[in-house]
Amino acid sequence: MGFFDYLKSILKIFQIKKTVRLGLYGPVNAGKSSLANKISLDWLGEEMSEVSKIPHETREIRVKEKVKIRSNGKELDFNLIDTPGIATKVDYEDFLRYNLSKSDAKKRAKEATQGVIEAIRWLENVDCVLVVLDATENPYDQVNVTIIGNLAARNIPVLIVANKVDLKSANIKRIESAFPQYNVVGISALKGTNIENFYKELFKTVR
Amino acid sequence: MLRLQFIPYSEIEDLTSENKVTKVLKIAKNNRIILLEGRLSPAEETLLIERTMSNIDRRFKGIEICSIGDSKSHDFVKKIKRGLAQLLLGVGSSGLTIIGPASIIKEIKRDPDKIELLTKNIK
Repeated sequence: MGFFDYLKSILKIFQIKKTVRLGLYGPVNAGKSSLANKISLDWLGEEMSEVSKIPHETREIRVKEKVKIRSNGKELDFNLIDTPGIATKVDYEDFLRYNLSKSDAKKRAKEATQGVIEAIRWLENVDCVLVVLDATENPYDQVNVTIIGNLAARNIPVLIVANKVDLKSANIKRIESAFPQYNVVGISALKGTNIENFYKELFKTVR
Repeated sequence: MLRLQFIPYSEIEDLTSENKVTKVLKIAKNNRIILLEGRLSPAEETLLIERTMSNIDRRFKGIEICSIGDSKSHDFVKKIKRGLAQLLLGVGSSGLTIIGPASIIKEIKRDPDKIELLTKNIK
């Protein structure tokens, strides 16, 4: 048993509560900020992030500290870390379709690239991660594989959240078969569908 | 015209992660699609994404990337169907990685039973 394992077991014995740094990671527009808002609203009564249909709305890390979550008679303190979506490409011209001016689109693209870098660097600062995937999209995307592979290499506990299950084309089974070694919970962050079950799975993941 | 460049694993195996990423990115920025024998580690892929983001400018819009599993297996389709478990941590000379500039590759779709590389209409 290593020193840190030993320390962990001592903390467990004395029931010393630590704050879990919970990162929300995933591709762009999967609903990370919607989920962060739902959690924050449920337990603090206020939202924490702006959401939008325009990709890369979250371009910097947002942290909400001391979010006390209760599930099944247990209680844990979390620091919620909402991160910009991970992408391998950013083209300002894609934003023009959303009626942004050219200068705003370029500014957004620049900030989005910085956001991706920042999100990756914050992987050092999380204890547990919710990988939020859009259940209507193909889960076999390399960005998803890279994020989850990276977390596996770092031994960081992961719960896969299949978001947008309220939409007709949502397919949780496809996500489950893509990542069979992980728990997958289907929710709609926007509508609050299956959110109680999500909290139960979160507590199982944190351990 | 599409230009493909094959990189055998022997050409990168002794390189540091930083140098592997630099090499791959340099080729992608030259508008070539890379067929890399083997796979980058998750840490190298993450580094590639980081460096890609730092390099985005008016001309270079980023990359598309897709790795597939163990080439020694005669049935990688079955492997993918079984899930990406082995892909997640795998690294080394087995498998294949396709990396290309986003200005040429619109999308690489990987489904359990097929891989599609969709290119853009190049003017």
